[in-house]
Amino acid sequence: MMKLEAIIQPSRFESVKDALREVGIEGMTVTEVRGHGRQKGHTEVYRGREYTVDLLPKLKLEMVLPDKLVNTVVDTILKTAKTGKIGDGKIFLSRVEEAIRIRNEERGEGAL
Amino acid sequence: MTSLKRLVCTGREAVISYAAERIQNMKRMVWKCCLLLAIVHAVPLHAQQPAAAPSSQNTPSTPQASSLTNEKLAQLDQRVTAAQSSADNAWMLVSAALVLMMTGPGLALFYGGLVRRKNTLAIMMQSFMLMAVITIMWALVGYSLCFGSGMVIGEHFNTGSVIGGFEHAFLRGVGAEPNADYAGTIPQMTFMVYQLMFAIITPALITGATAERMKFSGTVLFMILWFLVVYAPLAHMVWGKGGLLNASLGGRFPTLDFAGGTVVHISSGVSALVCALYLGKRTGFPKQPMPPHSLVLSFIGACLLWVGWFGFNAGSALASSPLATSAFVATHFAAAAAALSWSVAEWIKNGRASALGAISGAVAGLVAITPAAGFVAPMPALIIGLVAGACCYWMVTRVKAIFGYDDALDAFGVHGAGGTIGALLTGVFATQVINPIFGAGKAVGGSDGHWGQVGNQLVGVLIAWGFALVGTLVLLKVVDLITGLRVTEDQEIEGLDITQHGEEAYNLES
Repeated sequence: MMKLEAIIQPSRFESVKDALREVGIEGMTVTEVRGHGRQKGHTEVYRGREYTVDLLPKLKLEMVLPDKLVNTVVDTILKTAKTGKIGDGKIFLSRVEEAIRIRNEERGEGAL
Repeated sequence: MTSLKRLVCTGREAVISYAAERIQNMKRMVWKCCLLLAIVHAVPLHAQQPAAAPSSQNTPSTPQASSLTNEKLAQLDQRVTAAQSSADNAWMLVSAALVLMMTGPGLALFYGGLVRRKNTLAIMMQSFMLMAVITIMWALVGYSLCFGSGMVIGEHFNTGSVIGGFEHAFLRGVGAEPNADYAGTIPQMTFMVYQLMFAIITPALITGATAERMKFSGTVLFMILWFLVVYAPLAHMVWGKGGLLNASLGGRFPTLDFAGGTVVHISSGVSALVCALYLGKRTGFPKQPMPPHSLVLSFIGACLLWVGWFGFNAGSALASSPLATSAFVATHFAAAAAALSWSVAEWIKNGRASALGAISGAVAGLVAITPAAGFVAPMPALIIGLVAGACCYWMVTRVKAIFGYDDALDAFGVHGAGGTIGALLTGVFATQVINPIFGAGKAVGGSDGHWGQVGNQLVGVLIAWGFALVGTLVLLKVVDLITGLRVTEDQEIEGLDITQHGEEAYNLES
C-alpha cells in the first residue's frame, strides 16, 4: 500500500477528481491548504497599503492506494493537474504499513 | 272622522305657517348678521367676500350658505394642515429609521469587514452599544442640550449661543405639538427621534480610528462624555435656536450645514485623529500586514450607508418637500461622482480600480455633500463629489503615510477631510435658487455672488475643529485616568472579540 499526497492548483481540482473516478478511485481526502514553493506570491493594495501575499491557496489530495493502482493514479494526476506554469504543485508517495476499517476491523488492502 | 281630519289639517296649516314665519325671521336675522360681518371683514376677507355679500334680496339663502362656507373653509384648512403634517411625518419617521440603519447595520458592517477577523464583533458591538447608550443620554438631557433654549446664568449670561438648557430634560414638553422653531409641520417628538439618530452615528464614526486596540469600557465612557462635551454644544451652535453658527435662527456666524458636515463629520473625523494620535499605533503597524478580513461585509455596509444617507440628507429638509427631493438628488450625484473619482485615482496610481476604493469613494462623497445637500444644484453636487473622492484618496494613501498616524479605518481621512472639503465648498456653491435661507432673493453662497459665505463657512469649520480637538484631548486624559483606554499588548494580539467580549465572530468548528 502506498500513501499519495498531491498538492495541486485549486483550479485543476475538478478535472483531477473526474479523471480519478474514471480510473476507479473511490475515496480521497481533500484539504484546503496555503503554501508556496518556487512560485512567488502577489501584492494586494488596500487604501494605498501594499501587502505581499506569498502563501497561496492550494488543495491537498490524500489517498492510500493498493500497489497495483499507484502508477495509474500518478499518471492521471500528472496529466490532469498540469498547466505547465510554476505553481502546479507536487506529488509525494510513501509506504503505508497497515490500513484498518473501523466499522468491521478489516485489515490490509481490503480495508481501502 | 271628517271633523277630526279638518282639525288635523288646520293644525298642520298652522304649524306650516308658523314655521314659515320663523324661517323668514331667521333668514332676515342671518342676513343682517352676515352683512355686518361682511362689512367688518371687508378688507381682510377678500376670498370670502362674494359669498358674504348677497346679490339681491330675493336670494336670502346666500348669507346662510356663507356662514356654512366659512365653517367648511375652516374645516378644510384644518384638514389640509393635518394632511401635510401626515405626509411630512411619514417621511420623517422613515428618514429617522434610515439614519439608524446607517449605524446598524451600515457602519457596523462597513467597519466590521475592514478589521481583522479577531476584532470583528468588538467593532460592531461599539456601534451597537452606542445605539443603546446615546439613546438613553438623549432622553435624559441630550435633546434638551442640543435643541433647548439656553440657560440663563446670573443676570446677563445666557448659554444659548453655545449650548441649550434643561427645559426639555427627560423629554419634558416634547409631544405631538410641533416645535415651530425647527419643524412646524411634524410632532416635536418626530423631530426629537430623528435628531437622536444623528447623535448615535456621530460617535460611532470615531470608532474607526480607535479600532482594534481600545478597551470596551474606555470606549463607552469616552463616547458618553464626548456626546455631552463635544457633540451637544456643536449641534446646538449649528442647529439650535440662537446658536453661534446658526444660519436661519439668528447665529453670529451663519454657517450653512444642511445635514451635519460640521456637527457630524468634522467633529467625529477630527476627534478620530486625536484619538488615533493619543492611543498610538496598533501593535505591529505598519510592518505587519493588517488587511481587511471581509470586504464583502464592508461592501454591504457601504451600500446600506448610501441608502441610509437619503434619510440623513433628504430628511434634513424636515418635510416631504421639493427641498427634500433636491437634497436627495444632490446626495446621490455626489456619491456617484466620488466613487468614480476615487476609482480613477486608484487606477492611475495602481493600474487597477478596487472594490474597497470604490466604496470608500462613495462614502467620501456622501460625507462631503452632507453640509451642501439642501443648498446646491445637481451639477455642483457632482463637482463636490469629484473633488471629495480624489482628495480623500490622497488623504488616506499619502498624507497618512507621510505623518505615520494609525487611523485604523480612516475615520479622519474620510470624515474629517471630506467634511471639511464639503463645508467649504458649500460656501462656494450654495444658491438661493435651491434654498433661500437668508430670505427671498438674497444671495446665499459664492455662486450667488456672496463670497463672504465662504468666510462664514471657514469660521464654522475652525470652531468645529477647535472644539473637537480640545474637547477630545481633555476627555481622553480623563477617561485614561478612570478606566484606561488601551488594551494590553497580549489582549491586542489575542483580539478584542475574545478579550473584551468573550466570544468569536466566526466559530468554524460549530
